[in-house]
Amino acid sequence: MAGLNTLTIAEARDKLRSGETTSVELTESCLNAVEASKALNAFVHDTPEIALAQAKAADDRIAKGDAPDMCGIPLGIKDLFCTKGVPSQAGSAILKGFKPEYESTVTQNLFDAGAVMLGKLNMDEFAMGSSNETSTYGNVVNPWRRGNDDTALTPGGSSGGSASAVAADLCLAATGTDTGGSIRQPAAFTGTVGIKPTYGRCSRWGIVAFASSLDQAGPMTKTVRDAAIMLEAMCSHDPKDSTSTDLPVPNFEAALTGDIRGKKIGIPKEYRMDGMPSEIEQLWSDGTAMMKDAGAEIVDISLPHTKYALPAYYVIAPAEASSNLARYDGVRYGHRAKLAQGDGITEMYEKTRAEGFGHEVQRRVMIGTYVLSAGFYDAYYNRARRVRSLIKRDFELAFADGIDAILTPATPSAAFGLGEMADADPVQMYLNDVFTVTVNLAGLPGISVPAGTDKNGLPLGLQLIGRPWAEDDLLNHAYVLERAAGFVSKPSKWW
Amino acid sequence: MSIDTETARRVAKLARIRVEEENLPVLAQEFNNILGFIEQLNEVDVEGVAPMTSVTPMRLKRREDVVTDGDMQEKILSNAPDAREGFFAVPKVVE
Repeated sequence: MAGLNTLTIAEARDKLRSGETTSVELTESCLNAVEASKALNAFVHDTPEIALAQAKAADDRIAKGDAPDMCGIPLGIKDLFCTKGVPSQAGSAILKGFKPEYESTVTQNLFDAGAVMLGKLNMDEFAMGSSNETSTYGNVVNPWRRGNDDTALTPGGSSGGSASAVAADLCLAATGTDTGGSIRQPAAFTGTVGIKPTYGRCSRWGIVAFASSLDQAGPMTKTVRDAAIMLEAMCSHDPKDSTSTDLPVPNFEAALTGDIRGKKIGIPKEYRMDGMPSEIEQLWSDGTAMMKDAGAEIVDISLPHTKYALPAYYVIAPAEASSNLARYDGVRYGHRAKLAQGDGITEMYEKTRAEGFGHEVQRRVMIGTYVLSAGFYDAYYNRARRVRSLIKRDFELAFADGIDAILTPATPSAAFGLGEMADADPVQMYLNDVFTVTVNLAGLPGISVPAGTDKNGLPLGLQLIGRPWAEDDLLNHAYVLERAAGFVSKPSKWW
Repeated sequence: MSIDTETARRVAKLARIRVEEENLPVLAQEFNNILGFIEQLNEVDVEGVAPMTSVTPMRLKRREDVVTDGDMQEKILSNAPDAREGFFAVPKVVE
């Protein structure tokens, strides 16, 4: 019999309510799975005492009736979320030893709903990376392999620990964050579901900042239904984040009707890239056919500025990062370098940041510093922000023409081997986000749904992009795609 | 636009990240690769286009300008690498 850790949120919720199992049993099953998963390096700070205390409290609440959907559900939490009294390092050495005195709004919302925290999940340092190879904790390994080949593959990034943990059934679901594709790309690489909601749906308060105008939290789950349930619990208006929206949060699960008849699905021609593997091309046309079979109307659309999204992103995100990461100065928290005789405060800053930040983070902070520096601000930063307006307008025009959702591939390839990109130019790595980054720039909701496998049996994902604030409709489209694709494969356990 | 070693040194200084002298040429080369990629933005006609300032059109909320929090010196200092007598301690700033 499969363990309780393999359940979905919806299944566990029903079993908890019917009394068939308890949150303590569910949590113990996950804790055992976590304990046995060190080869994946997904969980980096385990919190079994917190988990069991929360599980007991959840069982009491369920016994009284009227418990929320997330009550008693064991989750993994990305290390980017500040969790009170629990190490929160954003995968960086510069935050070594940091234990927040406060709880992020998203994790607080989940805990208020009765969710259980199993521990903190590995990630690319400060969420900068697409392969989970920039973490101070070391690489995360994807539970999926190429058939019988035991090459260690990347789970994607930056939410690589979250993706790996969910795919390997270490937890029922996990939190992720997405600045350029960091939820959707790892979801696609691991056969899981990941949604980035509209910018402003989730409060960013207490989430270590990377690029504030792009960062959004979202759930990483085993099914679309679970994504709907967990996203609803994460969202809220928060006076502590002035960019969080004051709109009501709909019942997302209730939106999963499976009926998309008469909806218009846009297929953007600019997403057909030169040299795209034929498997991705095939997956995309199969997905298009599935939506058509479900009664949707397929419309060819154009998003002419797509090509400029990645270069604009690699100005805007490093610029915002260079400002946000200025706070790591060795004064208030985290690492401080040992100083030599006569070193002053400038040497302290410079040595602390050189020791504490990894190579990719240093590179991005310096690029950001350069594009914001006197004389270049207009040429780089302001130009990128103007291009961003044009990218957003492309989507607005498509939606104004009646498009309900846009279907694209989630990634340009299946998961690649850890270390395979080591000698590549950083720009090659950045291309991983080519299909996802437009969505962050435009602030739209996007979801990655597992839709097939490549010739080696590795999962591949399709992305659906929705109208702003219409996550309910987007989730329903994703639900239809999920059911039609019928992706049920699981990685065989080797770890 | 090409970044030389001198510019790389200046950027590292501005970012307050110590980069050893022998690593500056490699860093300059990496900057050039990334900036070469960014140069594509010059192809776009942005005449008359306003820079995007907010992702979703929204009015920032206002609140009363009153103290809502405070009196938590111990919590604020709890993660400091060096805290003394209720203050963050740093190396000497002025001679």
